[in-house]
Formats: sequence, C-alpha cells, structure tokens
Amino acid sequence: MATTLDKVEVVTVGVGWTGGIIAAELAKQGVKVVGLERGKERTTEDFQHIHDEYRYAIRYELMQDLSRETITFRNHRDDRALPMRQLGSFLLGEGLGGAGIHWNGQTWRFLPYDLEIKSMTEKKYGANKLGSDYNIQDWGITYEELEPYFYKFEQTAGISGEENEFSAPRNNPYPNPPMKETPITKRFKDAAKKLKLSPFHMPSGNMSQTYENPDGQTIAQCQYCGFCERFGCEYGAKSSPIVTVIPTAKQTGNFELRTHANVTEVIYDGDKATGVKYIDLQTGEEFIQPADIVVLTSYVMNNSRLLLNSGIGRPYDPESRTGVIGRNYCYQILPGATAFFENEKFNTYMGAGSLGATVDNYNGDNFDHSNVNFIHGGSISTTQTGQRPINNNTVPSDTPNWGQQFKSESIKYYHRNLSIGAQGASMPHRNNYLSLDPDYKDIFGDPLLRLTYDFTEQDRNLHNHLTEKCVEIGKEMGADRVEPREISDHYSIVPYQTTHNTGGVIMGGDPETSAVNNYLQMWDVDNVFVVGASAFAHNGGYNPTGTVGALAYRAADGISKYIKNKGQLVKAAQNSEHV
Amino acid sequence: MAERSTMSRRRFIKNTSYAAGGAIGGGFIGTLIGRNLLDDNQEVKKDSKTESLPDFNHALMHFTNQKEFQVLSAATERIFPEDDNGPGAIKLGVPFFIDHQLAGSYGHNDREYMRGPFFPGSDFQGYQTRLKRHEVFDVGIKAIEKESNNEFDAAFVDLEGKQQDQILQKFQDGDVKLKGVTATTFFELLRSATLEGAYSDPLYGGNGNMKGWMMKEFPGNYMSYLNEISKEKFIKKEPRALRAHIQS
Repeated sequence: MATTLDKVEVVTVGVGWTGGIIAAELAKQGVKVVGLERGKERTTEDFQHIHDEYRYAIRYELMQDLSRETITFRNHRDDRALPMRQLGSFLLGEGLGGAGIHWNGQTWRFLPYDLEIKSMTEKKYGANKLGSDYNIQDWGITYEELEPYFYKFEQTAGISGEENEFSAPRNNPYPNPPMKETPITKRFKDAAKKLKLSPFHMPSGNMSQTYENPDGQTIAQCQYCGFCERFGCEYGAKSSPIVTVIPTAKQTGNFELRTHANVTEVIYDGDKATGVKYIDLQTGEEFIQPADIVVLTSYVMNNSRLLLNSGIGRPYDPESRTGVIGRNYCYQILPGATAFFENEKFNTYMGAGSLGATVDNYNGDNFDHSNVNFIHGGSISTTQTGQRPINNNTVPSDTPNWGQQFKSESIKYYHRNLSIGAQGASMPHRNNYLSLDPDYKDIFGDPLLRLTYDFTEQDRNLHNHLTEKCVEIGKEMGADRVEPREISDHYSIVPYQTTHNTGGVIMGGDPETSAVNNYLQMWDVDNVFVVGASAFAHNGGYNPTGTVGALAYRAADGISKYIKNKGQLVKAAQNSEHV
Repeated sequence: MAERSTMSRRRFIKNTSYAAGGAIGGGFIGTLIGRNLLDDNQEVKKDSKTESLPDFNHALMHFTNQKEFQVLSAATERIFPEDDNGPGAIKLGVPFFIDHQLAGSYGHNDREYMRGPFFPGSDFQGYQTRLKRHEVFDVGIKAIEKESNNEFDAAFVDLEGKQQDQILQKFQDGDVKLKGVTATTFFELLRSATLEGAYSDPLYGGNGNMKGWMMKEFPGNYMSYLNEISKEKFIKKEPRALRAHIQS
C-alpha cells in the first residue's frame, strides 16, 4: 500500500546532469523541486580511493547494478532478445550525478547541420540519398535558437576550449582557455596541418584552470592524473553535477533530494500526469509523489522505459512505422586507427578525460558527400586520457592475445601506441528501436526495456571512409605501422564501445514523428517533460553531453513558461511528410 | 588573472577531497598541488621485518582442492609467463588473486542479471550461461585436467609448456565441450582474470610487489602530472600503490 505524499510543483526522475540543471534553474526561480534519485549520494570526498583501475574501470563500481534491472538486446526484430547480463558495450551510471560522474568531459555543440539534417541533406543531395528505411528528420529547432543554451551549459560546466572554423559557430569564447599542449596533441596537430586539415584542442570539462561558474560554484584545476573516464574526480576538477548544479539547487532551499528513491511509474490519468510512484530501496516502502509537472531526467534507456511501462505516449511500431516512444534509437560509429611506434615512447599513462586534439573537417556536411554513399561523418581526435594497464594491452593484430609473445608485445607497445579515433554520427533506421521486453522483468516485476539494434549500410560506409582518414593521419604522425579499426559483422553488446546512446523520446516539429517538442515537452501530455539524449533525433559526430546540457537548459526555460501559461508551448507543424 | 591565481589555490584546496575529507593531515595540503602525496619508494624492502612474516593472504578462499588450484596456477602462468620482461602470473600472485575474487562478488555475479530463462544466444548477445563465474571456473578447471589426460595421458601440471598451450588453445577455440558453458567463455574469463591479477593494485593480492606495473612502466597511483604532462621525454617513475592513502 503506497503512502501518498504532499504535492510538489516539480518532480524529477533521476538527478544527474539533466535533473540537476532542471532543479537548479527552477529552484533559483523559487519553484519547489523534488529530485528522486535511485542511487546513493556521492560527493568529491567519496573519490579518495579512486585510482583503482580494477575496482572502477573493470568491476564498474560506479555503474548500474544489473541484478536489479538491465535491458534485453537483439540484433533483429525476428531474433529472441536476451538480457544484457553484464555491462559491456556501454556503461550505465548509477547514483547522484549519474553518468555525469564517470564521463570524460568531452563537451561539444552539435552542428547546425545536425538540427536540420533532413532539410539540408535533401536540399543538397536530393530526397533519396539514404533510401526510405532511414528515419532521418529535423529536430524542430535551429542552431540559432539553441546557441544561447549551449553557452549557458558551457558556462556552468566551465568548458575549456578554442574556436574552430569547422565547428559550430560561437557568439562567445569558451569560458576557459584550452587544456595543455602535450607531445601527443602536438603530434596530431602537426600531422593534420600537413594534410591541410584544421586541428584544434578538444573542448574539455576538465578544468584548464580553477574556475568559478555563474552560480558561484568552483571547479578545481585538472591535475592530469590519468583516472577520468569510469572514475569520479578526487579533486572536483572534472565538471560534474555534484560540483555544479546540484549544490546550486540545494543552496536555494527550494530543492529536496531523495536518494535510494527508485521510480517505477509515472501516474497518468489519460490527460495529464499526476505524479510518480517510487520505492525506497532501503526500506522497501512505496510512495506516491504527486506533482504539477513530471520531468523525466534519467538515462536514455529509462526515459523510454518509464513512459512505456506507464502507458504514456504511443509506442513505436517498426512495421507500420507509426508511434513515437522508442523511435530513432541511435548509437555512435567508431572509425579509427592504431598507430604503433618502434622507437618512441609517450607518457600515455598521464592524461585527462578530454585532453586531446581534433579535426572537424570530416564532420557533418563539412565535406562534399555527392560521391560517397553515406551522409554526415564525425570528429576525428587523438586523446590522452590516461592508459591504464589492465585495459590497455594493445598489440599488432598478428599477435596472439595470450602467452609469452603477447606479454612481451603488450609491454613493449604500452607506451608506443597512439590511437586516432572518430566519433561517427549514427543515423536512425526503421529497425533500430526501443520497446518493452515480453519476457524478462526487473526485481519489481516490471518489464525490461528491449533494444533492437544493428549497424546499417550507412554506418559501414561512414566507418570505412573515416577510418581511411584516421589511417592517413596516423601515417603522417610518423608511425611505423598503422592498423585500421574494423566494424564488426553485427553490433555486439559485449565489448565496450561508447556510452553515447541516443533517441527513443525524440524531439521534432511534428507529433506524428516526434514525442516531444523543442522544449522537450511531450506532445501528448502537456505536463511531462522528457530531457536527455533521448531527445536526439539522430546522434551526431560528437560526444553528446554538450548538446544534452543545452537541451536541459532549453527544457528548464520551457518548464518556466509552462508554469506561467500552461498548455502546449509549441504549435505542431502542419502537413508535414510522414513516412 | 593575478587575483584568480590566488583564489584558485584556496578554492582548489576547498574543493579537493583531501582537504574536505580530512584524511590527509594539514601538512600535506600545502604540498598537494602539483606534487605527489606518496612516499618515494613503496616497494617492500627485502631487509625489512615484513620479510620474515608469512604471507597469510596466500591461502584459499574458493578452491577446495589444491590440485585444481595448481591447474589454475599452471594455466595462468602459460597465459602470462615469466620471461625476460619479469615475473609471470604465479610469482605475481595471480592464482591467489583469482581464487579470492571467485569467493566474492565477482565470482558470484552479484551485480549482474542472473534471472532466467536462459538461452544460448548469439555471439553478439554476450554471457548467457546460468552458471556463475565461480562455477564456470570449477567446470573449466576440471575440464582442463580431463583434456590433458585424454590428450597426453598426464596431469596438466606435468605437461611441457607447449603441450599446456595446446590444451588451452583448444579451450579458446571452443573445441572442448563443457557442461553449462562454452569453453571459449571459460577461457576468456581465465585470460582476463589473469591480466587483472597481474596489473591491479596490489591491494587485491596480485601484481606482487608492484612488479606487474614495473614491467609495464605504469606508475600506479600518482596524484598529479600537472607539471609533467607537457614534457617531451618519456618519464619513468617508481610505482606507488593505494595503501598510501590509508592513515595509520
């Protein structure tokens, strides 16, 4: 029997970057916000013993406890989906701050091309560039409209960087100067310049200097300790919700954080959401938290799952291509090359999560696609994130992966290999989507989310083209041997690839093909906002968090407007073309 | 900018967990920035008193049969053998590392989804056995011994290295039939656990005397490379382990 609590104005489901941003912005305006977070509270003090590769990077201390809840996965619609029993391909975060604790901090703005990809692609290459099985669509917002929100997030997070002509245009410089130059970043830049490309320092959520953000929160200077991705920062030098937006929200006195609060359902009366149901994981008690506005700010997977399990919105059907919840799940394509050096050693054990150099020449529509059989592309970078010894045993491909030769070669090349990698854009395909699993349940008995996903022809063509570019750069960097990265026959849930999952509750201008409007307000339920990379209509050629942050600030504006005016904030597009 | 740098030092200290957590004494704080917190040399000294103490940690938590533990040890040594680079798995303590891990949450898949129904699945769907890791190792180690007897009419530990490799290769290739799990799944667990034991912080019982890190020239737990990150030359450093964070 659930206990019904006093009503609040706004409840957020999950307290990471998006929940923290919503809470901070609204609480500063005097709105009462309750944040429900199923994990535990975490502070910088909890990361004193963080330099432990085995505990954090191998056994995934900061990640989701899959014994409670996971997803199921299959490559194709006619396969049987099976549970993702162990973490692998992507690492779902758990606890206060969410994945914003264990990210690397690489913080980008998606390109103007991304936001109007369908219109711009059709204008330049005609309507049939990709064929009809791809659901590419505009996002319902232009870059000019989103620009101030990008800057707002960069100011909050203290992003260090420098402008580049091929990246998204900026109205203001970055809040902080770029990270340090190192022999590795310089090597990449020199090679790129020789190839007539335009290299620059990667924009970073690790601080190049101590920084106070507009909310008065201080982020310390990065120490380049080499433990960033999969770790929390023991210095508070990696921008994260727990050193920025969450303390900001708390300081207003208008934000109440409840940890160990696992939301299982958004309560929906057929017209509006009336609140959420959650279980206190420490006592087993069930609560109903009534609210005027429900904001879903969990990870991509659970934003879709909660809506589907709550019967909110129209589930996507890949056969008829109708419905929206679960539509346009995308991932990231990872072209790349490994450069082996016989006579040089690099300090690869040092680093920071977003210490790197990048070229954007092959991203978006920055190059002509008339004679290639794919659209978009990706940013290409060399990063120096700190190579730790368990996870980094890179050997030439003709070396076995155990035994004396392996031992010898993996030791030899540990400081003698550099990787050139792309964050390749991922285009939506009708058969790649999220739905509920008919068989497998979580510990509460609720259906797991089912992921149906495989690589497409577009993905393979993009991969091969950008991999060639990575190989060229690797050779120009003076490597003795450069090996191209391969794309597997099918997408596999097993090896780590990237935690850049997107889509499922996508934004757009048309309720027939999108679940939320450009304020991330649901078309079907006015008082539900769904915030995160779940709103991406496709995934661009960058790490997603910069765009997630911008959309969260946009959504916070939308919620403010909704509190004043109620109703739909955006007029739906008329007569748009439906596929 | 001058003002910022003054403030930055104070705020840096305020924000870092070492100040906030109070685990490091006040004397450390002033030297924290750009410096390393740990003692210069953490390697266990040969002449210290600890030399005479037995390593109580070298005992079994999971395996009940010492012969099976010896099979495990021999297998890890073939995966990560002693050579010109330095010690192999046995000298690094890897077999004890694996035994101890199998007794805990790793061996019991505590944070993983282990509900049924179970189906074999495709290669792209990952771990689908109903066996937990400690059971996979039990099945796998017994099968290594059996395969050795079938193939060479001898115990695995008595085989030549090359013969042991032949047996292990059959497991990696999936050419041995195990009950409840594929030989490849078992072998990949064994292979990755061996590397984990060689290179994890010595607190877990492997990476003996940090010799795994020394071979690889990985310095372990340093707090800052701020003043070294831009340097041209490769910098070799004495390794340091996490125990330095524990105040006595």
